[in-house]
Amino acid sequence: MPEEVTSLKSAAQQFDEETLIRRIRDGEHDLFYELIRPYEGRVYAAAFAILRNEADAEDVAQEAVLKAFKHIRQFRAEARFSTWLIQITVNEARMRRRKEHAHMIQPINDHQDEEGNYSPRDFADWREVPLETLERKEVRQKLAEALGSLGEKYREVFVLRDMQQLSIEETARTLGISPASVKTRLLRARLMLRDLLAPGLGGSWSTKLSFAKGTNPW
Amino acid sequence: MVVNCEEVWREISNYLEEDVDPGLRDAMEEHIRGCKRCTSVLDGMRNVIQLYGDERMLEVPLGFSHRLQRRVEENMPGSRRGFLGWMVAAAAAVLVAGGLEVARSSVFSHPELRSEHAQSGAGVPPDMLVVVSTDGKTFHAAGCPFIHDKAHIRTIAAREAEREGYAPCVRCMKKYLTA
Repeated sequence: MPEEVTSLKSAAQQFDEETLIRRIRDGEHDLFYELIRPYEGRVYAAAFAILRNEADAEDVAQEAVLKAFKHIRQFRAEARFSTWLIQITVNEARMRRRKEHAHMIQPINDHQDEEGNYSPRDFADWREVPLETLERKEVRQKLAEALGSLGEKYREVFVLRDMQQLSIEETARTLGISPASVKTRLLRARLMLRDLLAPGLGGSWSTKLSFAKGTNPW
Repeated sequence: MVVNCEEVWREISNYLEEDVDPGLRDAMEEHIRGCKRCTSVLDGMRNVIQLYGDERMLEVPLGFSHRLQRRVEENMPGSRRGFLGWMVAAAAAVLVAGGLEVARSSVFSHPELRSEHAQSGAGVPPDMLVVVSTDGKTFHAAGCPFIHDKAHIRTIAAREAEREGYAPCVRCMKKYLTA
């Protein structure tokens, strides 16, 4: 039953979205903010994951939303609106990064051979990090820090697939890489994050967070 | 089928995506049941996906929504605040589009590719946003290392790129060319 409810809710949401999009195209521009409001967190998170800077991420998020409005007539109903919006955001963020940081050297993680094997650390005493801890800002910050420590190519794939819930194919299309590369990078990103967040490194999620420092194996 | 730890680690992400053959899936589950380390890897990875997939990880800075709403409203056609800015932008767009229309009127009816060696981009999704450079001949996915003249690039829909005579990059658009 819950699945049916979710499915009905999702169908209703899609119907509402289609109606909104049609009305916006017909000139009711004031409705545009209603259309993008459910996704503003996702838009910001996508921009931030790429730019790693709050001010730039916010600016790019705004630009991406305005671009979506400008191109709303080009949106086709066979794609999800949210996916289309995220794709625009990722493109905008990558452009901004290329423009502003062209002189910077890529993080060392990005030169890593993604085809090489990666051995996850041995934590026999793995303890699950409870979802409730996400209520704490410092936990969310630590998770964001861990994500930020990944190389760009791993971070982008992880954010699109595991945070934005894009499919493997949508992620591949958005980033202009093959689905096989998405899978390889996703594996590496998930393993690295698992190692970074492992409570066995000296901290306990119930009391204090601790991350491995200076001993990154990658 | 029997698998070792390295094989489990290599496929563990695909396993969670339910993207492994039934035979391999059974072998992995058999191995994981008897291996503490692989159990820990699987639990840890599941935990990572669950944590980062939580909506609480998508929080925005204080005031973000308000600022976004204001920016959107300012840029809507008809907005009092943004009316002047919008008119200037619209007028500029009309002038540019008009100029392009005159310059490329023959291209619109009979698109010609800028490069005689190019392949048709018929398989590229028309709404996909792609990148072109002013003096280039091909369009690319954002991030493609073969984009020329990165200082003068634009993001446009693939449909527009094709209409302007750009051909798909044979590297980053490869899958659409062979499809």
